[in-house]
Amino acid sequence: MLQLAWLIPVLPLIGFLIIGLANKKLNKALVGIVGCGSILGSFLIVLSLLINVLNGSIQSETLTYFNWISAGSIDIKLSFLIDPLSVTMMTIITGVGFLIHLYSAGYMSHDEGFARYFSYLNLFVFSMLILVMGSNFLVLFAGWEGVGLCSYLLIGFWFKNNNYNNAAKKAFIMNRIGDLGFLLGMLLIIVTFGSLEYSAVFEQAQTIFKPGVAQPVLIAITLLLFLGATGKSAQIPLYTWLPDAMAGPTPVSALIHAATMVTAGIYMIVRSNVLFSLAPFTLEVIQIIGLTTALFAATIGLVQNDIKKVLAYSTVSQLGYMFFALGLGAYSTAIFHVGTHAFFKALLFLGAGSVIHAMSGEQDIRSMGGLWKKLPITFATFIIGTVAIAGIPPFAGFFSKDEILAHAYEHSPILWALGVLGALMTTFYMFRLVFLTFFGSFRGTEHQKSHLHESPLIMTIPLMVLAVLSVIGGFVGVPEVLGGSNFLKSFLSPVIVPINQHAGHALSHSTELMLMGISVGAVLLVIAITALVYISKKVVPAPEGSDLSAPHKVLYNKYYIDEIYRTLIVKPLYWLGDIFYKVFEKKIIDNFVNAWGKGIDRGSAGLRFLQNGSISFYMFAMVIGIILILFFNTIIKF
Amino acid sequence: MDQLVFLILSIISIGAALAVIFSKNPVYSVLFLILTFFSIAGHYVLLNAEFLFIVHIIVYAGAILVLFLFVIMLLNLNKTTETGKSMLPKIAGAISGGLLLIVLLGAVKGLNQAEAAQAVNADMGSVKNLGKILFDEYLLPFEVSSTLFLSAMIGAVMLGKKNLKDH
Amino acid sequence: MQVLSNTVTNYLVLASILFAIGVMGVLVRRNIIIIFMSIELMLNAINLLLVAFSVFHNDASGQVFVFFIMAVAAAEITVGLAILVMIYRNTGSVDINSLNKLKW
Repeated sequence: MLQLAWLIPVLPLIGFLIIGLANKKLNKALVGIVGCGSILGSFLIVLSLLINVLNGSIQSETLTYFNWISAGSIDIKLSFLIDPLSVTMMTIITGVGFLIHLYSAGYMSHDEGFARYFSYLNLFVFSMLILVMGSNFLVLFAGWEGVGLCSYLLIGFWFKNNNYNNAAKKAFIMNRIGDLGFLLGMLLIIVTFGSLEYSAVFEQAQTIFKPGVAQPVLIAITLLLFLGATGKSAQIPLYTWLPDAMAGPTPVSALIHAATMVTAGIYMIVRSNVLFSLAPFTLEVIQIIGLTTALFAATIGLVQNDIKKVLAYSTVSQLGYMFFALGLGAYSTAIFHVGTHAFFKALLFLGAGSVIHAMSGEQDIRSMGGLWKKLPITFATFIIGTVAIAGIPPFAGFFSKDEILAHAYEHSPILWALGVLGALMTTFYMFRLVFLTFFGSFRGTEHQKSHLHESPLIMTIPLMVLAVLSVIGGFVGVPEVLGGSNFLKSFLSPVIVPINQHAGHALSHSTELMLMGISVGAVLLVIAITALVYISKKVVPAPEGSDLSAPHKVLYNKYYIDEIYRTLIVKPLYWLGDIFYKVFEKKIIDNFVNAWGKGIDRGSAGLRFLQNGSISFYMFAMVIGIILILFFNTIIKF
Repeated sequence: MDQLVFLILSIISIGAALAVIFSKNPVYSVLFLILTFFSIAGHYVLLNAEFLFIVHIIVYAGAILVLFLFVIMLLNLNKTTETGKSMLPKIAGAISGGLLLIVLLGAVKGLNQAEAAQAVNADMGSVKNLGKILFDEYLLPFEVSSTLFLSAMIGAVMLGKKNLKDH
Repeated sequence: MQVLSNTVTNYLVLASILFAIGVMGVLVRRNIIIIFMSIELMLNAINLLLVAFSVFHNDASGQVFVFFIMAVAAAEITVGLAILVMIYRNTGSVDINSLNKLKW
């Protein structure tokens, strides 16, 4: 199967080329078939690889295709790495990617940019696969930039709306800031280790740097890499692009901005876990930022009224959880949560897309209500997703989230408490969303009401498949205390090098069970409260423009972060740009350039008098020239 | 003896050359030029180049200078035409000519003169010897030069004609 | 065989002087005919030098070259004088300063 591994990214690329180059000539059915088929092909190859990895016939294979960059002592190859981690990620990407492609074929069927949409989506899957399959940092970076580009293209997919374009630009620029960090980190890796190949770098890192000794270089490398991750994975301080990225089509939000691309940062950190484990300081930074992001985004999510915005903040919050897990050194747990989150968040986004589809584009939950009768399948699957994200056993979210919380408790009970607080807030806003959308009475217009309908089969099938995955997905990582063997952890263990394992004590089974009990009980309690507020009392969020209490207002306006960024960073930059334009561009550079032009003009006006047309003058000049040449050649021997 | 002849011939040629460029009347210039050419022909004799001596007399004195005289007479130029309007170009020209001379002499002085007096083949410049070389080694350039003459002749005839459209 | 008592340097100096006189004539005089004559002077200076070198280096090629130079000079004078006649016909003068159109 390894011989076919190169086809995994190439199939979507071919799909992209076919659809992108011939998009006017193909009809929609053909575009859909090529777009989905190429991903399905990749998925099947990935599955066979996965089987080989599972039964142990492939452990860690590096497939080298050709020399990419050869300069001096640096030798970078285009090569793929097939190991448990990359196969896990590839399975998620192609699997969820295929379902979302399928869903898109229905969701986007009325859009005039259908072919363009599918070409972008295929290009995205290609870039994402390059990202996770690369066996060195540069290949990863190539994919990293590729997914950033596709994200930009798809956020601004409806480019006729200027707000959407601005959202796309915002996402791109925010990512750029992170990418700069990543790039600097890579350069520092080259300087320090002389290579970008994972195996070489990690091997050297373990011999050069000893655990427990402060390593400024390593801390710098890991912090820079982490800066890249904060951009791509929407962490504080670079998270503000992700809620705005909801401007793109909903399946895009599901695929790129929930399930795959935003987890690239987590993948990258897990991939370079050796470096991060050797730099405990960075881990602490990641821990703090992850937890802060998780709580911060959750509080904003509490009061949002746009169905996609709630899910977007939920995504930021869940990504925060994953980083929190990374910061705790629980790499496999983070990947576990990436997987389960991919299932239920893709499900939730696709469900939201189905709702929006039924509501003719309406996204405000204040105008919804009572939709469960009209959209039974969407409702059922959406409920499953919500329960999964809330962390109720035995749904997927429970296992992964609980594993994170258990690791937090090992470090300190306070971290655990904060983690549980975040989980409770998640539960609250998700159930608020469900209750406002599907329960109560319909609050939209008559026109919308008459138009309500369940989505076609091509959209509901992916919902059902993802719902099943959200139910059973957690069983790959059942902890020992519940009679499992945490399969995923042992599966990923070859990739994760145990360095500097936490000094904390392992939890006893009874403690762990108690923690689970507390968190599940609290979650159930919050669900009950939410139900009381939004079902029994039928509370509906205040309409736009009404007076809100001060804390509510702050939350509703997302802590004014965008405004703060605008005042602190964007405005000064505009001002600086203005100064550079007026002083440097206009006064210095323009004058310099113009001075050259004027100088040549004046000089030639002077030299023109030499061309006076008089032959005797020309002869005179020629003789002078000959004299000078002879003088320099024969006498001075210049 | 040789040196004395060389000295006399040199003085004649330099003096005549100066007279050529400083005579006011072009006809005098031509006559002095003939004198210069004869003195140079004398140098050729001194160098045993008898073939070139003959050719030089025939081509220059016999053909070219007659052509010059012919043109001068034809155009009626045998009077002083140049009015000494400004001296500056003349002075500049004289100075640069002098500078060139100085540079050339300086270059000559810098040469190392190995052969002071040397045995030479007296037979080299003979008609027989040069004829052999000319029709053996240099046959092609010789033939090409005939083409040059042909084209020069056609060119001269074309230029000398009155405007063709007049007829 | 005979021994020449004059050195090649003598000829070099003489040729240089003649050549410089030719150049000076070209620069000083404005009459095109005199300028032509000066050019002939320069050519003769070169011829003389070539013959001298040919003799002192015992190589007949130099003399053959002089022969060719004479041929070229004759052709040049033919065409040059024809042009001169044309100029005189068109401008009514043989002053070089009347040819001042050689510019942009």
